[in-house]
Amino acid sequence: MRDRLIFTGQLIFTLLVAAFLVVPAGLSISAGVTVNYFRGIQSGVTLQWVAQVWDLYAGTILLSFVIAFATLAVTLLAGVPAAYALHTRGGPLARIVEEIITLPLAIPGLAIALALLLAYGSFGGFRRSWLFILVGHVIFTMPFMVRSVMAVFATVDVKTLDEGAASLGASPWRRFCDVIVPNALPGILAGALMVVTLSLGEFNLTWMLHTPLTKTLPIGLADSYASMRLEVASAYTLIFFVMIIPLLVAMQLLADRDHKR
Amino acid sequence: MSTAGHGAAVRIESCGKTFADGTRALDPATLDIARGETLVLLGPSGCGKTTMLRIIAGLELPDTGGKVLFDGKDMTLVPIERRNVGMVFQSYALFPNMTVADNIAYGLKIRGVARDERAARVAELVTLTNITGLENRRIDQLSGGQRQRVALARAVAIRPGILLLDEPLTALDAALRDRLRGELNRLLRALGITTIYVTHDQAEAMELGDRIVVMRKGAIAQIGTPREVYFAPKDRFVAEFIGAANIIEAPIENGAMILPGGRLPIDGGATIANATVMIRPETIRVADAGAGQLSGTVDSVSFIGDRQRIVVSGASGKPLNVDASNTIQAKVGDRVGLSIAADAVRLLPSEP
Repeated sequence: MRDRLIFTGQLIFTLLVAAFLVVPAGLSISAGVTVNYFRGIQSGVTLQWVAQVWDLYAGTILLSFVIAFATLAVTLLAGVPAAYALHTRGGPLARIVEEIITLPLAIPGLAIALALLLAYGSFGGFRRSWLFILVGHVIFTMPFMVRSVMAVFATVDVKTLDEGAASLGASPWRRFCDVIVPNALPGILAGALMVVTLSLGEFNLTWMLHTPLTKTLPIGLADSYASMRLEVASAYTLIFFVMIIPLLVAMQLLADRDHKR
Repeated sequence: MSTAGHGAAVRIESCGKTFADGTRALDPATLDIARGETLVLLGPSGCGKTTMLRIIAGLELPDTGGKVLFDGKDMTLVPIERRNVGMVFQSYALFPNMTVADNIAYGLKIRGVARDERAARVAELVTLTNITGLENRRIDQLSGGQRQRVALARAVAIRPGILLLDEPLTALDAALRDRLRGELNRLLRALGITTIYVTHDQAEAMELGDRIVVMRKGAIAQIGTPREVYFAPKDRFVAEFIGAANIIEAPIENGAMILPGGRLPIDGGATIANATVMIRPETIRVADAGAGQLSGTVDSVSFIGDRQRIVVSGASGKPLNVDASNTIQAKVGDRVGLSIAADAVRLLPSEP
């Protein structure tokens, strides 16, 4: 009896906390399909706001995905070898480099963006292209990739695996592709998941770095909140949800499947 | 399996190793390993044996001046992937992302061997190493002994010029270790390939080695056949590290050691005043009280099965370990005589 009471109490508490977190998202989503939010849902359900957002901001959504996957590509190409090098070299120098890579986590995005603008803002072509935002995103997400790959290296004895492959005649590049990367895959996938989600949702840096022609999804969202009806902004959130949730689920499944294999 | 002929001759020439932090892991050493020979590097941990193996493998560079030659060709600066060595690591270093068959075939794949030929070679090796049926298993589905066999099959699959084994049995439990040691011995004999085997286990060294290099604190203490290092150790360290040994120090008079339990004549004792000698426990015979050169009292008797270890005190300065036949009746407190053949008493250089 007492156990049941405790269980029920815990359940109610958990549900309340969950509701506290889910209700705002639900409200926002429902606002996006309501004809008039101030009159409530009885004013009718519509997709016109969604369509309007799509018309106005399809470009920002596309750009967000382009930047997210470009960021992923760069962090993979640079981050995985970097993590491997840092792991195998070890020593104080490697520790210092690791700290430097991690530093952007502690620095406000605005400060990083400002530094980038000061240093490279005068290169007009670069400044105006989305590559400028990409640089910011790579700086911001790199530690997540490097750290999660290094965490796997710490549990698998990659140095000996590498020596094993070397003794069988494999060149450094073959070893990296055949042995190092496959065995670091769980970390790479976890890192990739982080990088893509962080890049898609990044606002701080991007807000400073963007131009009217290089707006990403969160910038567009801020834009619509500031200048449009609440329903439009909410529809925007809805689109964001619809796009990002399947992506996250897919990546998570991929990581799980690899883990089980 | 591979035909006779059998790999490369190895020479290392004044190869020392000092690590970046200044630790001297290996004093400059020179060593020749004949084609087809099985050489065991034996010593306690930290004696430099693994460093020497890694220098031969190409995983470590010797200090300046050191040279590694395979069949007379200077390989010092050639990286491991171009030395054609097969290596078995203590942790096996099997690739967890590949099946057993893929692990074994990996070196062949790197060498561009066609798929059919790879499959044939894998089939041959799983038979040879007794792991038939495990080809499609993943590495984490194998027992320790199976992993050891896969590691060995993978190393010999590439028909290496030299097979290098770094404590390959250390990770296994004792019973399995004994069985695999016998198996490994037969396999190495069948392959007849130049083999360098690192271990801290003297039983392994005895059974597997054509020659044993006993190492201590980064230096070679003795090189010899198992019989030589066992019966004629060069110094006290080798004597005590290999097998059980009674080490006795005593003054000499008229060519015989003066001991509390009697006089023990020794070969070559005429010219010296003091001697340190080694006597193996199994070379001492237990006799009736009064017989034999020495006499003493039985301190303890441990029945081991195939023999018994009798500790006799009062015969020399320290209690003597005696391995006697398991049929001898001896009780604690008995007075016994000990007889020792003159050639069983091995004169050692006195310690500085």
